[in-house]
Amino acid sequence: MRQILIPFYAIIIFLLFWEFVVWFNGWPNYKMASPSDLWPAFWKFKKLFFQYGWDTLWRTVAGLFLAVIFGVFLGMIMGLSKILREALYPLLVGFNAIPKATVVPIIALMFVGQHDLNTILIAFMISFFPIAVSISIGLSTLEPEYRDILRSLGASKSMIFWKIALPKTLPEFFGALKVAVTLAFIGTNLMEIVSPHGRGLGALFDSGKTNADYPLMFAVLIGLAILGIALYYVVVVLEKIFAGWAERSSE
Amino acid sequence: MKSNVGNEAIIIDKVTHTYKTDTGLLPVIKNLNMTVPKNGFTAVVGPSGCGKSTLTKLISGLLKPDNGEVYLNGEKVLGPKPIVGMAFQNPVLLEWRSILKNVMLPLEIVPNDLSEVDKEDRAKSLLHLVGLEGFEEKKPSELSGGMRQRASLCRALVHNPEVLILDEPFGALDAFTREDLWQVMHKLRQEEPFTGILITHDLRESIFLADEVVVLSGRPATSQYSLQIPKLKNPKLDSLFSPDSIEMLKNLRKQIEIAQVQQATN
Repeated sequence: MRQILIPFYAIIIFLLFWEFVVWFNGWPNYKMASPSDLWPAFWKFKKLFFQYGWDTLWRTVAGLFLAVIFGVFLGMIMGLSKILREALYPLLVGFNAIPKATVVPIIALMFVGQHDLNTILIAFMISFFPIAVSISIGLSTLEPEYRDILRSLGASKSMIFWKIALPKTLPEFFGALKVAVTLAFIGTNLMEIVSPHGRGLGALFDSGKTNADYPLMFAVLIGLAILGIALYYVVVVLEKIFAGWAERSSE
Repeated sequence: MKSNVGNEAIIIDKVTHTYKTDTGLLPVIKNLNMTVPKNGFTAVVGPSGCGKSTLTKLISGLLKPDNGEVYLNGEKVLGPKPIVGMAFQNPVLLEWRSILKNVMLPLEIVPNDLSEVDKEDRAKSLLHLVGLEGFEEKKPSELSGGMRQRASLCRALVHNPEVLILDEPFGALDAFTREDLWQVMHKLRQEEPFTGILITHDLRESIFLADEVVVLSGRPATSQYSLQIPKLKNPKLDSLFSPDSIEMLKNLRKQIEIAQVQQATN
């Protein structure tokens, strides 16, 4: 109960403080909307909020899903083969060094009008890197004794992978997934804001901007925060289920 | 390919092994001959870095010798065999599995026709034997170093290996825990007969546990000296302080020094 109440009160105090600062400075809502402006803004577009929120959510999850599949595959081949690691690593680092914001207009043009595809693509491109790196490092740093224990019994390579290498990299994988989920969410929103006539919360944010509906923009920010928190905690729960063993109970 | 010698469980016949490094060839084992009789237990001692761990890999089939042959129970070793059990200085338990599931791991790999219940019973009886009863469902991180090493010994024995290879399994433990585990080893040998080879740096450990101690020369290692240890029925730790034991220890110590000097001048 305390765990719920303390954060709850903290949020209330934060909102009151925000309201007070806006009122005290007499800021108009195009400079800074106050919390009391947000609810009407949300209520006016509540249907769009849910519809677009769903768009943003499923696109992020779809992009992340692709990133997990591709990232794990890439990490696997880089972790298990030294030659491929040396060959792919510079390419990967180079690709990751490109700020994805610059790729957004390119993809938006490339697949113009295909909002789902280009949004998912950006979410995927921005988020597979940490997953690939964590899996490859996890696999390539597996202590040789672990391998020897199974190998001396005549275990095949795939058996060693499933029984030892993969479970052993799970904590690193979930660490990376926490980063990736945030990145994918950024990717989705970047594309939704840039892509013309798009859908999703990013598009709603953009239409708030073009219509000078500032409270709507702030309301979208809050909506995004709630979605982002939900996504993050889904990963935390999955981590507890699949890699909870890595958490040492404090003695 | 059966050898004609009947009673030897491990035969190492003129084995030579060389590592290829960036700076050239590094011969680690040269012309090594050694045998361990069935249900015998041989300790191998020698200077640090003289190739003892390489020897365990050659016996378990993880490495192939450049020259010479290794036979286990009369059959030439061409690759890893499930009749081998191994334990290392690092217990290498899988942290995501319970102790029981860790011990059962080899039974998931080695072909056998045990039912799931049989496998559990087998693992539980071994855990009971080493004094880990009641810890079956604990995770490795909840156990002390000595307890983890006990579990690691159980895992090495669970599939009834004919040959047990121990590579300094007690090296990282404190002195008292180590002595406890020596007693556990004696108990295991009585209840679960196996042919064993023990790599160690501890001369007291070697004479307390083994029937024969082989001293390897400095690198490249070859067998320099061998000492038969008269075995008591139920050895007590006190026996290590007997005049006979002290004589053996001095003798072995001298051989190690010779090997160290040889390695340093090589």
